[in-house]
Amino acid sequence: MEAKSVREKEQPKTKETFEPKIVAFMCNWCAYSGADLAGVSRLQSSPNIRIIRTMCSGRVDPAMIMRAFELGADGVLVAGCHFGDCHYIEGNYKTMRRIELLKMVLARLGIDERRLRLEWISASEAEKYARVSFEFTEQIRELGPLELRMN
Amino acid sequence: MSKPKLALYWAASCGGCEITVLDIEEKILDVAEFFDIVFWPCAMDFKYEDVQAMGEKEIDITLFNGAIRTSENEQMAKLLREKSKILIAFGSCAHEGCIPGLANFFDRKGIFEYAYKQSPTVEEETRGTYPQPHTRVPEGEIEIPEFYDTVKTLDQVVEVDYIIPGCPPQSFQVWGVLQAVMDILKTGKPLPPKGAVLGAGDKTCCDECPRERKEKKIKEFVRPHQIIPKEDECLLDQGILCMGPATRSGCGALCVKANIPCRGCYGAPPNVRDQGAKMISALSSVVDASNPEEARKILETIADPLGTFYRFSLAHSTFRRAQIPNGKAQEKVVAQQEAEAIH
Ligand code: SF4
Ligand code: SF4
Repeated sequence: MEAKSVREKEQPKTKETFEPKIVAFMCNWCAYSGADLAGVSRLQSSPNIRIIRTMCSGRVDPAMIMRAFELGADGVLVAGCHFGDCHYIEGNYKTMRRIELLKMVLARLGIDERRLRLEWISASEAEKYARVSFEFTEQIRELGPLELRMN
Repeated sequence: MSKPKLALYWAASCGGCEITVLDIEEKILDVAEFFDIVFWPCAMDFKYEDVQAMGEKEIDITLFNGAIRTSENEQMAKLLREKSKILIAFGSCAHEGCIPGLANFFDRKGIFEYAYKQSPTVEEETRGTYPQPHTRVPEGEIEIPEFYDTVKTLDQVVEVDYIIPGCPPQSFQVWGVLQAVMDILKTGKPLPPKGAVLGAGDKTCCDECPRERKEKKIKEFVRPHQIIPKEDECLLDQGILCMGPATRSGCGALCVKANIPCRGCYGAPPNVRDQGAKMISALSSVVDASNPEEARKILETIADPLGTFYRFSLAHSTFRRAQIPNGKAQEKVVAQQEAEAIH
């Protein structure tokens, strides 16, 4: 069955009622552990982020990111290990190139490329995760809801 | 026993799909012998009313080519759906929008603005006269179909049973499908599962390509006229943007054998929802850059990435169209595309 976009069920958003929906793809070895550490350390992080754990940031296909936008995300965060730390050696280099090209394509499609963010977060960087989560939420809040036009 | 009924129709298309049917040459006589062709505006004199007068599901098979650009296209799609047991999206336009679908970078306002006002070929007296759905003339009112903002694919307006991809589908594949269909109708064999892609392979164009592939490390993309490509090496390895890795097999690697890159007309490979996304993924593996700035520099040498990755599939892609606010921001898109075309 086709998943239905949350947009179809929602009330129209106004500036006041808009709460950004952000999907974060985070790699198992670094970024996800970093976010986990933030939780364990009781650091505040943004509640607008919905995390999906992947084995590697290199696993995140552009189609998955597009699908997230299609189904209602206002922003997508992809986070992986710092260069040199990738569990699969160079998965994150691939991710970096992929996100660059995807941003170019999104921009040409009329979708602000700031809605897609790439970050390197190590397993010990709980604070970085917390900071990025708020920063990105505010960025998306400023950009407003992503309204897709299919017709 | 009466013959099975066959219909062919064209919506927003170039006519190439009609030619490809005739390209099966004298075998068209076998088709005409086996089927009762009940509707084929391109080749035979039937009218809309003839189809309207038919019973529900009276036509056994309809090959529908062309995208849905106007209200008339949609009306015909709905009528033929109602009258057909099996409706096949025939060719890239019906399947995923194809070249007409590239108009989804704009909308009606932008297209009209250019076609009826800005274009240098518009006659001065009529400059700025736009088509209206209804026009009053002394004899009464004329109605023409509505031009939609967004080109749609056949499966976005009606249920589609099967797909035959390609721009156009290769005639040997068309003949293969027709033979299989005739066999099924004769012997009562089971039909392929609904939604199946017929007349194509289940791999990528690269699998059919005879060129030799090495480990790719691309420092710069070039356009086909800028170099003389080596005949036996993978074009992508040589920096020419070839859509082979993101395109379904089936044509026999026609273009690459003629020394030009695959443009992607057979559509997304199996299990891929978005051809452009697949190409982004494929290219990310071959660009030789270890930081974002370097990557950007190399990727910016791709001429018109959007039009290249989605040349045939924009209308069927995740976003279906450029996300421009209604009628606005045309200038920006046009300016960007013109700049890229010059590059
Ligand atoms: S990328 Fe193009 S030239 Fe290279 S193997 Fe694939 S189809 Fe052939
Ligand atoms: S090589 Fe590509 S563009 Fe050419 S016919 Fe085959 S699928 Fe179409």
